[in-house]
Amino acid sequence: MKTDWTSYPSPGFHDELVGPGGGARAAGRQLMRYLTDMDGDEIAVRQQAAEIAIKAMGITFTVYHEQDGSIDRAWPLDIIPRTISRKEWQKIEAGLVQRAAALNLFINDVYHEQKFIKDGLMPSSIISTSKNFRSVVRGIKPPLGTWAHICGSDLIRDKDGTVYVLEDNLRVPSGVSYMLENRQVIKRVFPELFESAAILPVDDYPSQLYDMLSALSPRKETRPEVVVLTPGIYNSAYFEHAYLARQMGCELVEGRDLAVDSDDVVYMQTVRGWERVDVIYRRIDDDFLDPEVFRKDSSLGVPGLMRAWAAGKVALANAPGAGVADDKLVYTYVPDMIRYYLGEDAILPNVPSWRCGEAKQLEHVLGNLDQLVVKPVDGSGGYGMLMGPMSTRAERGKFADSLKADPRSFIAQPVVTLSTVPTLVNDRLEPRHVDLRPFILSGPQTAVTTGGLTRVALRKGSLVVNSSQGGGSKDTWVVDTDS
Amino acid sequence: MLARVVENVYWLSRYLERAENTARIIGVNTNLLLDLPGGIAPGWLPLVDISGNRAEFDAKGTKGEERDVVQFLIADRQNPGSICSSLHSARENARTLREILPTEAWELLNEFIGDCTRNVDGAINKRTRFDFLKRIVITLQTIAGMLDGTMNRNDAHTFSLLGRNLERADMTSRIVDVRSAQLLPAETPELRPFETVQWMSVLKSLSGYQMYRLKMRTRVKRTEVLQFLLRDDEFPRSCQFCLKQLESALTPLPRSESVLEVLEGAARFVQRAPLATLDQPGLHELIDDIQLRISNVHSRLAEIYFPSGEISGVQRMTGQSQSQRQTSLSFGASAKS
Repeated sequence: MKTDWTSYPSPGFHDELVGPGGGARAAGRQLMRYLTDMDGDEIAVRQQAAEIAIKAMGITFTVYHEQDGSIDRAWPLDIIPRTISRKEWQKIEAGLVQRAAALNLFINDVYHEQKFIKDGLMPSSIISTSKNFRSVVRGIKPPLGTWAHICGSDLIRDKDGTVYVLEDNLRVPSGVSYMLENRQVIKRVFPELFESAAILPVDDYPSQLYDMLSALSPRKETRPEVVVLTPGIYNSAYFEHAYLARQMGCELVEGRDLAVDSDDVVYMQTVRGWERVDVIYRRIDDDFLDPEVFRKDSSLGVPGLMRAWAAGKVALANAPGAGVADDKLVYTYVPDMIRYYLGEDAILPNVPSWRCGEAKQLEHVLGNLDQLVVKPVDGSGGYGMLMGPMSTRAERGKFADSLKADPRSFIAQPVVTLSTVPTLVNDRLEPRHVDLRPFILSGPQTAVTTGGLTRVALRKGSLVVNSSQGGGSKDTWVVDTDS
Repeated sequence: MLARVVENVYWLSRYLERAENTARIIGVNTNLLLDLPGGIAPGWLPLVDISGNRAEFDAKGTKGEERDVVQFLIADRQNPGSICSSLHSARENARTLREILPTEAWELLNEFIGDCTRNVDGAINKRTRFDFLKRIVITLQTIAGMLDGTMNRNDAHTFSLLGRNLERADMTSRIVDVRSAQLLPAETPELRPFETVQWMSVLKSLSGYQMYRLKMRTRVKRTEVLQFLLRDDEFPRSCQFCLKQLESALTPLPRSESVLEVLEGAARFVQRAPLATLDQPGLHELIDDIQLRISNVHSRLAEIYFPSGEISGVQRMTGQSQSQRQTSLSFGASAKS
């Protein structure tokens, strides 16, 4: 029996593969034809092959478990890819490049003249109350004036087909290694499709990352020593840290491997002695970076690191303080930033948002809690938010209290239904909701990954795509439909 | 390569070697007790002394019977020198070395720890103990073979060799020590028949009986056995052989002059020891001295190559480094006194 698309239900959502008439959208034509020729069992066999490959390749993520401590889990990958046409992707790419440029200009402005605030576009209290604003970095000029070298922006598509930016991750966004590994696995599973369809490659990312990081080196005359700084093996993204270090041919260091000498230079301790480090791709939050400046109890960081960075002896990516634009309240101003700094209209819209810190907007939010999604401005991983339509009256009551107690810390948005992609569930294809996280590298040039990491909510009807909460992932195909 | 990474490789190898040698010691003691008359059998407590963790054992307040000692040496996670603890410590070190270690070795170690934990009752039971211990030795030899057979010859491999040979030299001296000085009362004419049995067990605990016959071409005798185990240049578990291995691994490393110096001192000491004329207390003293020298090699090595947290001009404000933590768990000379 072949896959029967007439029984594929997609009530009221935008499906990325199946168009309104039941036929494939342009980018997915070959994929659908291919899947149509297979029955559920055959697809299931491919899925098993993918899972075996994932185990064999050791692709894992770490979950912290109360009883067992941290455990490595096999990375969840659904084999049905998410397809996007190249034409649409070019527009998204342009939108992301524009966005990253504006965000970097904004962060630089925040730590220097604060013109955006002085010109009345944003109340200064938003910056002064932002948890990720670092007053100690004011006045510092990082190389190229870039602060957020690596940005992961989450994109979602509503039922009318509009792609929105849901949030920008400017601290230590993760997921790119899974984007790369997903492609490796899917190439093994569907080799025939890669021969026939014009699927754009993704594997250039580690070289682009390395080139961008190298360009930040304070020593132009020598080959720079670039390292990846990890909090250690118990971090949930340790796999990615190790993966990127390996792909770039860099050392994977922990804070205790590094020291800052009285010359403000950062050194790492090797078998051959102390060697100078030029660029640190740090995967540690600001708070833990340098106990001399931030949290005193941090043993993950390097005492003196901020001193070395401020002296221009080492480059840090992302720059300390870049997270100020990661605040979801600041996010609501991004379209204004694009207009202010670049004189352009935003190519990619924000999800409409209410700022709970503003009295009138708070009133609206409190009156419509059952319709809205309310999120903490500094949260990530899908924690601490209220999904209005799925909440109980008691939950809303409790949430309203914390909202009134600290309105600055929340924004509210309408529920965006998230588009769907066919996903293998009990040997059948069923629609499941997805988002997309592309990565933007800002250096001498700006580069965007081809596609990104597609995350999928595996539970029926669920909109929660985070892998720590039962989400899965998909390979993302940007398909050239003209060739 | 990073100092922390080579330190982890070093400790990984030491822990694997330690687990293997502990299994050997238990196996042979079990055997020896079957051969010796009940009245003179020294029992199990000397093995706790070998491990250098007598205080931890006494704190348990057990009767110190076979079952208690075997449990303590194999399964007790509170005993840092038990086989299970050593294997877990090995795994903790291996965890950070995934990019460097052959995947097969990592997987085998993981599976084996699971097996070991599940089947540990088989070790307590005398009937199944041999199989259990034999599997430990074979598996750990397999892992060592994987490391040797597939790792790039880089700093990581060098430090794997250093860890293994240093631990092995230390354990061999320990086995000789306890067998000769503590397991049996001073030699008397009526015990003479059992002397051979005792020395054979020493050799067997190091898989050295067959090699001894091959090399020495003589019956098992005290002086010859000591000669063979302490300074034979062909038997790969002899102290001298291990020290030679350390030397050839260290020589190409930068900044190795001072540790080579300490090492040569140790090798010369072993080479010149008057084995034939030593009485039992004299032998015990000699071995203490050898262990101290091996421990000094470790200290020097750690000082030069492992993370110190110190850089000229500044003192870093970090906690204890791994070497500091783990040395206190190792069979250093201090643990014995």
